[in-house]
Amino acid sequence: MPKITVPLGPQHPALKEPGNFMLLLEGEEIVDATLRLGYNHRGIEKAAEARNFVQATYLIERVCGICSHSHATCYVTNVENIAGLEIPQRAKAIRVVIGELERIHSHLLWLGVAAHEIGFDTLFMYSWRDREYVMDALEALSGNRVHYSMNTIGGVRRDISKEAHEDILKKLDILEERTNYYIHLATQEPTLHARTKGVGALPKEEAIRRDACGPLLRASGVARDVRKDDPYLIYDQLDFKVITSDACDVFGRLYVRVFEILESIKILRQVLSNLPEGPFAVKTPFKIPAGESVTRYEAPRGEDIHYVKADGGPNPARVKVRAPTLANFESVSYMLTGDQLADAPLIIAAIDPCFSCTDRATIVASGKQSVQSLKDLRTYGIEFYKKKGIDFTKVK
Amino acid sequence: MEMIKELLIQLFEILIYPGLLFLFVAALLADWIDRKLYARMQNRQGPPWYQPLADFVKLISKETIIPKHAVGKHLFRVLPYLAISAVVVCIFFIPISGSLALMSFQGDLIAAAYLLSIPTMCFFLIGWTSSSPYSAVGAMRVLTQFFAYEVPMILVLIGPAIVAGSWRIEDIAYYYSANPSMMFVNILGFIVALITMQGKLERVPFDIPHAETEIVGGVFTEYSGKLYGFIKLAISIEMIVVAALFNAVFMGGSLGLEGFLGFLLFCFKVLIIILISAIIRSAMARVRIEQMINFCWRVLVPIAMLQLIISIIARAFHG
Repeated sequence: MPKITVPLGPQHPALKEPGNFMLLLEGEEIVDATLRLGYNHRGIEKAAEARNFVQATYLIERVCGICSHSHATCYVTNVENIAGLEIPQRAKAIRVVIGELERIHSHLLWLGVAAHEIGFDTLFMYSWRDREYVMDALEALSGNRVHYSMNTIGGVRRDISKEAHEDILKKLDILEERTNYYIHLATQEPTLHARTKGVGALPKEEAIRRDACGPLLRASGVARDVRKDDPYLIYDQLDFKVITSDACDVFGRLYVRVFEILESIKILRQVLSNLPEGPFAVKTPFKIPAGESVTRYEAPRGEDIHYVKADGGPNPARVKVRAPTLANFESVSYMLTGDQLADAPLIIAAIDPCFSCTDRATIVASGKQSVQSLKDLRTYGIEFYKKKGIDFTKVK
Repeated sequence: MEMIKELLIQLFEILIYPGLLFLFVAALLADWIDRKLYARMQNRQGPPWYQPLADFVKLISKETIIPKHAVGKHLFRVLPYLAISAVVVCIFFIPISGSLALMSFQGDLIAAAYLLSIPTMCFFLIGWTSSSPYSAVGAMRVLTQFFAYEVPMILVLIGPAIVAGSWRIEDIAYYYSANPSMMFVNILGFIVALITMQGKLERVPFDIPHAETEIVGGVFTEYSGKLYGFIKLAISIEMIVVAALFNAVFMGGSLGLEGFLGFLLFCFKVLIIILISAIIRSAMARVRIEQMINFCWRVLVPIAMLQLIISIIARAFHG
């Protein structure tokens, strides 16, 4: 049978954002997959340097449309670390509330997208309908459905009112019931099993070697979660489980995400039942001193890392964003090879990719004063990964 | 004078009822009912009744673009009409409102099954002439899927023919109208037929040839405008024709009713078939092509064989 190259993207119904996967097919089997990124570079890091610290908060929030709170919290924590601010307990709790609501919203969204990739549109419609409860809760808290703008340097911008508090608890009950229904569905529906089990295998060793993170890593049996390993905000006082699965396939990723919704509901109930009293923000300092800071944050898609450098001026000297999708991309071509074309969209969707969050370009080599050309960087990167036994020669 | 009258009647039958116009209206209505049911099952509002007509009018008023690299440009243009004419001819063998079909001869069951497979072949050729990678993969899938569902489908169509002792659709419908209890003999076959119908009409869980998230539009990726409108229409008409065929073969046709009552009964039964199809469509995910072949050959074909044996035994006892 002749080999055909089928392009998946940059414009393709399965992808919600531009990214390109060249799939070399032999019949229906994928023999090779080449990844190409960079269709959506927005220069956010550079733009952040042209704004002051407070303005940059709202810019960084727009790195991602789904995990907007994650990026903003990560950035704001960095600035607070540099300024040496201790934020009130209530502000920390409110950040956790928004963060966990965001996780539920992201996972429900993912469930719908994954269902659509395998042609299960009914599940898609159902999960997106139920997602409206979280969106409404977020809107009640922050006034916005997508970019909540809750964070500010020194705390949060809005308090949780008594009514909103009760409203969220009511919505959580509905959501818990619906999540249990999805768990029931995922364990009972035969076509869903047929499409997800054994698809996109990523063994534990391979997942660690390729630096996977988030639900992708946890579905390969590695209990790694920043909320547990390196607790931030008030996560060290909360009781929750890190969901893992030994399935190492798309079904495992589905399992991890659906059960994480239940864990998030548990966390939210704990936080909301004893919300610390007191102020919800301290005054934003007029001047941020020189310094640098790195923060890790468990975004719905995985570990989000931000680096901020301040030089005492009004603007940040450098902001670096490492979105979780970037860490997970390395695993995609491994998972695609040897699978069926029919599974390709699902495998890509299973890492919950966010292409525009991932696209970064400016890299200055540390220690050297010169700016390296893209070609040198590419050679350097390929050499670096070759030492780890992964060949990226074909990635463009 | 007599001749002109005869000619006019024939023209009426071909162009209006049960020919082109009836099929056109019925197909659009069936399309709407299907979409509405599917939407309501998904907790959506669904389209208004004129949506399929609006879609069709919009498509035929658009420019038709023929890709530069298409292998057979004439074939590319002709195939949608070939598909639509094959399904329209097929309805003439099937009794609709009464017990009589427009045309009938011994063995027309086989002819109807043959005519129903022509659109599938057209879709394969459509994919092949388009010469786009998505169409190529889609064309392969159309053909692979065809070999999976066609065998159990034909096998279960033979069952009622054996029980009724005739290869004429009219006779089969007449036989079941006279002996309604014999319909239960073919209940297994009817279930298999309904499942294979999902494959024939390329609907979830067997919408593999045009799985949009995998291969965009599948075989129809390169089609646009008028030609695409007619492909859509051919698929909708095929749904009506397949439902009508199942009605005649498995559900006893008009059950002895004639005229308007018979027509109402026909509409009711077609609606039931569309409803079942919509339920299957909304309750399942799309399977992979090799899973579909496994399912068809390992599950459906043995059931169809069992049905054949049951039919032969029933014939021996009853006939």
